Amino acid sequence: MNKIRLFLGSDFIYRFRQDRAAQGSFTLFVLFVLFAFAAPLISPFDPYDRLQIDLMDSELPPLWQGENADARFLLGTDAQGRDMLSTILYGTRISLIIGFCAVGLQIFLGVSIGLISGYVGGRIDSFFMRLADIQLSLSTLMIAIIASAVFKASFGSEIYGDMAILVLVLVIGIAEWPQYARTVRASVLAERSKEYVDAARVIGLPRWRIMFRHVLPNTLSPILVISTVQIANAIISEAALSFLGLGMPVNKPSLGSLISSGFEFIFSGSWWITVIPSLVLVVLILSINLLGDWLRDVLNPRLYKD
Amino acid sequence: MEYIQFAVRRLLQATVVMFVISLIGFSIQDNLGDPLRELVGQSVSEEVRNELRQEMGLNDPFFVQYRRFVVNAVQFDLGNSYFFKKPALQVIGDKFQATMELVIGATLIIVLISVPVGVYCAIRPRSLITRVVMTLSIVGISVPVFLTAIFLIYIFSVELGWMPSFGRGETVQVGGWSTGFLTADGLAHLVLPSISLASIMLPLFIRLIRAEMMEVLETDYIRYAWAKGLSTNRVWFLHALKNTLLPVITVGGVQFGTMIAYTILTETVFQWPGMGFIFLEAVNRVDTPLIIAYIIVVGLIFVVTNTVVDVVYSLVNPTVRLVGQRQ
Repeated sequence: MNKIRLFLGSDFIYRFRQDRAAQGSFTLFVLFVLFAFAAPLISPFDPYDRLQIDLMDSELPPLWQGENADARFLLGTDAQGRDMLSTILYGTRISLIIGFCAVGLQIFLGVSIGLISGYVGGRIDSFFMRLADIQLSLSTLMIAIIASAVFKASFGSEIYGDMAILVLVLVIGIAEWPQYARTVRASVLAERSKEYVDAARVIGLPRWRIMFRHVLPNTLSPILVISTVQIANAIISEAALSFLGLGMPVNKPSLGSLISSGFEFIFSGSWWITVIPSLVLVVLILSINLLGDWLRDVLNPRLYKD
Repeated sequence: MEYIQFAVRRLLQATVVMFVISLIGFSIQDNLGDPLRELVGQSVSEEVRNELRQEMGLNDPFFVQYRRFVVNAVQFDLGNSYFFKKPALQVIGDKFQATMELVIGATLIIVLISVPVGVYCAIRPRSLITRVVMTLSIVGISVPVFLTAIFLIYIFSVELGWMPSFGRGETVQVGGWSTGFLTADGLAHLVLPSISLASIMLPLFIRLIRAEMMEVLETDYIRYAWAKGLSTNRVWFLHALKNTLLPVITVGGVQFGTMIAYTILTETVFQWPGMGFIFLEAVNRVDTPLIIAYIIVVGLIFVVTNTVVDVVYSLVNPTVRLVGQRQ
């Protein structure tokens, strides 16, 4: 209880109460997460259930577009007759799941490698940092595209579709670990020479305990700041891969594959199939980025560029 | 001496990276698809198959095959594309020009807009325009490049009908390079793809130039220049701008590679007949030699630009070499 009261009275919460943009983007983001994860409960249709889809309903416009609109479909239907609202809710859920899991993997890899590199130093350190250099010099999007393309070509579309979530999490997660590793390593180097670390060593605590219980907590604020940006980036990468047909399949769409499957219909006038999921994607990413910007201003960690 | 050491170390690193990329390329060739089936089809008996396999050296040990792969690759032979029935490198080479023109178009837009806007935002940090630009740049970062492309097509091609929505349009041959820069039609086709490719980098560069310029304006030598009574224009555009652009150039070099990655997205939306477009087609057709050729060419572009930028930058700015040595 005491800790919660301490947190509520902290500078961090005070700054949050002062900033309208931060409150707005935080609310938006929380709403997105709530609606997306409640998708099976609140969405009017189940887009994965073929029995609920009727091709006769395809390409119906959203309700406010008048004439042909059908009262059952608030945001209209796509080319296969799926309810756009339900598909978008489910799609947002997939995009968020992939984003969170991929960043989780990045944090796991990056933080462990960064901690070990910074704390142990020597050969291990220079090996991992060279590896990070090299990986950052090749564009991460390029690595992700090529890796998933090779996966897809070797497994075939059918099998790839079934394991797409796993592949995307692995590809995006592994492609971006150096961001975390470098930041954590830099803060570990700064922390290592401080007295509390010496004190911990003098009383005979084991190395891993100093690393994880003493040094790690002091590197958390840069990790938090990077994480918001990384989640936004992971969602964008997933959308890009799905748009290229290297990500989620059409029958289990994420926001990216929804946009991709609707793209050809903007030429025939059915703009909503692409435009509505696009807007959802942009607002989602914008809310995360605004939140990240605010966090950076408030926590103001030294973000190590190199 | 120190400089040569740095350059040699950078070259060694580049060689190692190329070695790894070639290993990846080779293992893809080894595991993806069956070259024999592509060659003779399904109707040949198992005996003939085994004989052919022996003849083509597909039963050789890994390292023998890898050596053959590298020896051929160095002689610009990465096998024939299954689909085009032409050398894979030649297919990629033909499409390379289209991709480069897209990148050049986008680079022009980025340089012409980001430098003046970034500098303005740095010297007038509190003006309304600066705040609008900074807000817009966050929005810009949040819109994925393929969405920008789709919206541009929707507005300017579908609704207004001003711009063509796909392809390269009319091109002219200039000494073996087919260019769209010299015809009105080609230029019109270039506009929307270049803008959407530029859109992803533009906010980054505006923010980077602003941040660097603000940092430079705080330094001692700029204060000294003010104290000396130099004119504002001279301080801003001669003294400050020069040191602002130095780090921007390095970032630009690295982002050049990233831009190649984004061309895949832009080319897909605009059906631009470039390397990225052909690569995705190759993936869908499991055209292994073409996939490998693309990976190796793109890897080479990345490694060469990175190495050249690093080496040149260390010539211009010697402090980098010292940092490198401490590590």
